[in-house]
Amino acid sequence: MTLSRIVITGVGLTAPNGNSLQEFRRNLLGGVAGIEWLDVRYMGRLLAGVCHFDPLRHQKKKEVRVGTRAGSISIWCAREALADSALGFEAFPKDRIGIYIGCTEHGNVETENEIFAISKFNYDTKYWSHYHNPRTVANNPAGEASLNLGITGPAYTIGAACAAGNLGLIHASQMLRLGEVDVAICGGVSESIHTFGIFAGFKSQGALATNDVPARASRPFDRARNGIVVSEGGCLYTLERLDDALARGARIYGEIAGYGVNSDASDYVLPNPIRQAECVRKSIAHAGLVPADIHIVNTHATATPLGDIQECEAIRAVFGSGCPDTYINNTKSFIGHCMGAAGALELAGNLPSFDDLMVHPTINVDDLDPACALPGLVLNTPAKAARIDTILNNSFGMLGINSTLIVRRFVA
Amino acid sequence: MTNEECKKVVLDIIADIAPDEDLSNVKPDVRLRDQLQLDSMDFLDIVMELRKRHGIEVPEADYIRLASLDSSAEYLTPKFNALAAKS
Repeated sequence: MTLSRIVITGVGLTAPNGNSLQEFRRNLLGGVAGIEWLDVRYMGRLLAGVCHFDPLRHQKKKEVRVGTRAGSISIWCAREALADSALGFEAFPKDRIGIYIGCTEHGNVETENEIFAISKFNYDTKYWSHYHNPRTVANNPAGEASLNLGITGPAYTIGAACAAGNLGLIHASQMLRLGEVDVAICGGVSESIHTFGIFAGFKSQGALATNDVPARASRPFDRARNGIVVSEGGCLYTLERLDDALARGARIYGEIAGYGVNSDASDYVLPNPIRQAECVRKSIAHAGLVPADIHIVNTHATATPLGDIQECEAIRAVFGSGCPDTYINNTKSFIGHCMGAAGALELAGNLPSFDDLMVHPTINVDDLDPACALPGLVLNTPAKAARIDTILNNSFGMLGINSTLIVRRFVA
Repeated sequence: MTNEECKKVVLDIIADIAPDEDLSNVKPDVRLRDQLQLDSMDFLDIVMELRKRHGIEVPEADYIRLASLDSSAEYLTPKFNALAAKS
């Protein structure tokens, strides 16, 4: 069976340091991080990546009031991605569009808000909101986008912890190849900074970053790294089968070349470098490539002391020292960990490399941890490459879910 | 509380739950749903806000009494006054 080629024809995003691909990319090449102080319920002032898009560009005030933050992020990204793809959305059959959105978690924000609200009424549940269930169902972010856009095709979320952003793209590619839909809006979103629980959980785990200077807080691979900066964000792509994209003369950002997804089956929280390496190898084989063909490896590294070392171990095992054209970078050093959006956003930050041949760096590395030293690691300032034809994007998550996605420069 | 003051209370709630609506010309004798974009969840919001902000309970069987501003005032004003008399 010959599988259809799948291409990216639109990008819509909101990141802590940019609300469009152009702005995001400019800041990644300019060394501009997007971390700030945020007041978190019960916990006080913490470091976080906060997005500053205007939801009222695409939603009515009532939609914002009734819906969730993840819904607003999804709607923003979906509408920006559709506009960017110049699909002719208004005339396009709405039942042939699918929405596939990766989420790390959903519902914690609203549940925490409601419990806090009824605490003001002596925990009398008659004050519990009738919006609680539609706000907290796992498909909420995709469902809100379908409502806002009038898209009547399949619209649902994919729960895959912090691997979810990649999973959104991977699942969409599969659905396009199966002919289930003709256009897919896909990627990942996260509203996690609006729940204290995720901060408290990482803090209890000893994995929450601290730093006096927000922009310096997220520092994967640096010896002084001390944990994760929790961020919100979203990135959704327009994906189509190549034939359809060519037929309408669409601009093509890149082609889905291959992917790998597997599970550690070893621990709730701790990563497993053997399975990570296996996932990366699977993706490269799936793309019909060898490690030396990969030009950018965008790491998942979240700046936890152990996790970064383990991913480096996995990368070392796959790429060794025989890949002179392979650059390695990390986007979380700019924007923190956008959870379910991380994979999708971090891929977007690298996509323009096909055109400008620049590799954005990993910032905040003042003292490289020798255990994280890898050939091709781009530190603190961008690198100019001779050629960039392939980007490999790692995203791993709790309960041992690993995802690796490879996008290649489109060549007809 | 007068009927007119009661209508203002209801309109203030509607202003929060339907922020896109122009409330400058709401006809008191016309059903709210016939002149504003309000759905059944919004009416539950009105009931909830009356409970939260004013301690007023509206049993489900009486929801229909909130159909228009006039009927709302007719139904709610005695409740507000009874509550004020108690306190």
